[in-house]
Amino acid sequence: MAANPMTQFEVYRIGPEIKVGAFDISFTNASLFMVISSIAILIIFNLGSKKNSVLPNKIQLLAELSYSFVSKMISDTAGSKAKPYFSFIFSLFMFVLFCNMFGMIPYTFTVTSHIIVTFVLAAFIFIGVTIIGFIKHGFGYLKLFVPSGVPIVLLPLIVIIEVISYLSRPVSLSVRLFANMMAGHTMMKVFGGFVISLGIIGGWLPLSFSVALTGLEILVAFLQAYVFAILTCIYLNDALNLHH
Amino acid sequence: MIKKIFFQSIFFNFLILKEVFGAESGGMPQLNPEFWISQIFWLTLTFGILYITLSKLILPKISSNLELRKSQIQENIEAADKQRKNSESKLKEFEDIVIKTKIEASNIFKDARESALKNINSKKEILDKQIDEEIKKVEKEIEILKKNAPEKINKIAIETSSEIIKTLIGADVNNSNISAIVDDLSKKNGDKYYGN
Repeated sequence: MAANPMTQFEVYRIGPEIKVGAFDISFTNASLFMVISSIAILIIFNLGSKKNSVLPNKIQLLAELSYSFVSKMISDTAGSKAKPYFSFIFSLFMFVLFCNMFGMIPYTFTVTSHIIVTFVLAAFIFIGVTIIGFIKHGFGYLKLFVPSGVPIVLLPLIVIIEVISYLSRPVSLSVRLFANMMAGHTMMKVFGGFVISLGIIGGWLPLSFSVALTGLEILVAFLQAYVFAILTCIYLNDALNLHH
Repeated sequence: MIKKIFFQSIFFNFLILKEVFGAESGGMPQLNPEFWISQIFWLTLTFGILYITLSKLILPKISSNLELRKSQIQENIEAADKQRKNSESKLKEFEDIVIKTKIEASNIFKDARESALKNINSKKEILDKQIDEEIKKVEKEIEILKKNAPEKINKIAIETSSEIIKTLIGADVNNSNISAIVDDLSKKNGDKYYGN
């Protein structure tokens, strides 16, 4: 049971079963870690914004550095028009980052390793970006699928490809995050299993791999949160500044 | 030997583990839709609360903090700039004063030197005149003395020679005879003794 690397992704109920109509919305371990991540974010950023000293303390510095980091990321990729969406991208980045990082603690649950969670986030972004695009440009937003400077002969093919690539955005966005998290955690579990089964003689090799993988996975956890946020910015940029 | 066992055990265990994995045939728990609705519900709830709290309460505070600090730093930099300019102008004033005083001091020094030199020169001239006069006086005296000296010497010579003769011969000799001899001698050897 414990040796199966996939058991770490199992969702189970914590507390009583809650049903609204036909839907089961019980509090699960996944919900627990969503709540923990959110509360951790709120606590850190609340502490970081409480006092305003000219010389910031550590937690204030952390909050302000991440603020300016996300702010710079958005202004670099989507320009100044994306300012109203700053708080959404900031919370998205922080939520994904904290869920990824909490998943790195042993015996915890990684919220973002579930396709349904990442897909809901990605679908929300996709729908939101599409709505913003149509509001800003009307039907002119459809020009996104017609790149300029393409020969007329190739145009139908290009348009089909563009439409497919646009529609696959939520899938690629969600699968990227989910697959990265799942693969990393599975690999760590497999190497952890090797350590146990090889024992004191042979266990050192997978143990050292495991240590190295932990570092790699922390990097991946940050990187995937960053990629998720920056791709959101890029999609937003397409909707706000129609280049074609 | 140990190496062999080591690699065998790795290989062997891999097979065992595969069997163990295989025994738990559940596939990916992610694809089990049992808790999908629950996850969607809790995700919307927690992320919604997170988004609202961050955007309404926390992020405006952080941005105002940052802006406040920026403006404060800007003000401080401006104040520092002003003070620096002030101090620079004061430094210039100070340097000007130093240069002026240096010039004044050198002027005063020059004046003092010139006046001192004049003083010294005038005094020197006076002294030179006095010395010249003194020298002239002394020269005159010397000349008088020189003129008088041969006569006196002659007299002394006459007296002493008459006395010497008296003691030697024991008889008085006529002074006029002696003086004639002395005059004769002094005329012959006078050049030798008086440098005339």
